[in-house]
Amino acid sequence: MQDEYALELIQKGKRIDERKFEEFRNIEIKQGIIQTAEGSADVKLGKTEVIAGVKLEVGEPFPDTPDEGMLVVNAEFSPAAAPEFESGPPGEDAIELARVVDRGIRESKCIELEKLCIKPKEKVWCVFVDIQIINHRGNLLDASALASLTALLNAKMPKLEEDEIIRGDFEKPLPVVFKPINITVSKVGDKYLLDPTLEEEHILDSKLAVAVRDDDKICSLQKQGSKELEMKDVEKMVEIAIKKSKEIRKLIK
Amino acid sequence: MAKTKEKLIKDGKRNDDRLPGQLRPIEMKLDIVDRANGSSSVKFGNTYVIASVFGPRSLFPRHLQESSTGILRCRYNMTPFSVDERKGAGPSRRSIEISKVVRLAIEPALFLEDFPKATVDAYIETLQADGSTRVTGINALSLALADAGIQMKDLVSACSVGKIDGQIAVDLNGLEDNNSEADIAFAMMPGKDKITLLQMDGTLTKDELKQALDLARTFCKQIYKLQKKTLKEKYRGV
Repeated sequence: MQDEYALELIQKGKRIDERKFEEFRNIEIKQGIIQTAEGSADVKLGKTEVIAGVKLEVGEPFPDTPDEGMLVVNAEFSPAAAPEFESGPPGEDAIELARVVDRGIRESKCIELEKLCIKPKEKVWCVFVDIQIINHRGNLLDASALASLTALLNAKMPKLEEDEIIRGDFEKPLPVVFKPINITVSKVGDKYLLDPTLEEEHILDSKLAVAVRDDDKICSLQKQGSKELEMKDVEKMVEIAIKKSKEIRKLIK
Repeated sequence: MAKTKEKLIKDGKRNDDRLPGQLRPIEMKLDIVDRANGSSSVKFGNTYVIASVFGPRSLFPRHLQESSTGILRCRYNMTPFSVDERKGAGPSRRSIEISKVVRLAIEPALFLEDFPKATVDAYIETLQADGSTRVTGINALSLALADAGIQMKDLVSACSVGKIDGQIAVDLNGLEDNNSEADIAFAMMPGKDKITLLQMDGTLTKDELKQALDLARTFCKQIYKLQKKTLKEKYRGV
């Protein structure tokens, strides 16, 4: 019912919560909310809420990047967050979300991974970003990417003594040099809109997730949704994402 | 939270400045997950959990249904960033056991026979762990069930007690939990004076046990008052 109503409104050029098509819901970012994590952030897009926690551990590097730190992004769609989420190993939606967030961070060279080498081939820092969905009211991807980035910006490197981590003792901030912002542009009929609510997500045709770096470079793309896009759609959607990313980037520290 | 050789009680004060018979600062909130039928968050000091409840709702696959009664399903989980050393995703053996004892601690308070073939799904997420997570979870879950409007015989209130440096103390934090001579997880329906959870690790004499359980009952009644206050505040403005 609500879904059909949302669709009807969009066709008339309106939205269910009276926002403009390219307007986000109210964005609230709180950093440093989890003391057991080296970095953390809680991001709200309206009622959608996501917490990202960054943990730093020492591990063995991948053989192909022996002198670089590692980045691992995971997402948990906890059944506590929404009636349609189920217990068990991550499903395809959670895996896709984590991988898209990972690509935005990795491809933008957001973290200087080469500075996270402790001893080449043997020991490097592993940066774990864990995304926990708290409340699902649409646009989990943009909320998760923003929470992950702001948690990384909040993260501090623990002290090492003879290669052992001293928890609670910090040396310096995690080297984060870029701020990739993920903007998912949705298409409904011939209209483009941002930050869809859950009702709008149910009726949209397709989406394009665009991660944009500080210098306006695109660092990841992911088409989602069942309907196809034309080239002119892609151009327009990327343009919208770049414009919006600047606005959102101003909100973060 | 590692082992320590330091004294846990110095000059009568614990490492977080509490007396042995003192709870950490408690914060209780409702309506954390807006699509759940009921939800809450509870903090006991640095221990921070959220609970949400869905249902009663239909139960599938159908062979799980009970024709004469509803069922309660509980899942206790820890987020990977809730502890010092990142916890791998997925349920550990510890989480599975806790999920079970939490279910058994809550079940006696419900009228499950009122919704045959259906399920109430209850979830606890530990966001930050500093000891006593299961009892904090039970307090949160009890609030979430009441918030969901599910009829209950009584709220369930829970706390931990233990023996540290030879003294009986309430609401153990992570450091105390790891270095205690004994620790007890305890839950009850305070209005009915019925115990629904009792687990103990470590060693205590019979007298110490009695002392510990008396302390637990006293503090469960305090927590019970806070839970009721939290629920009443929600409806004050309505």
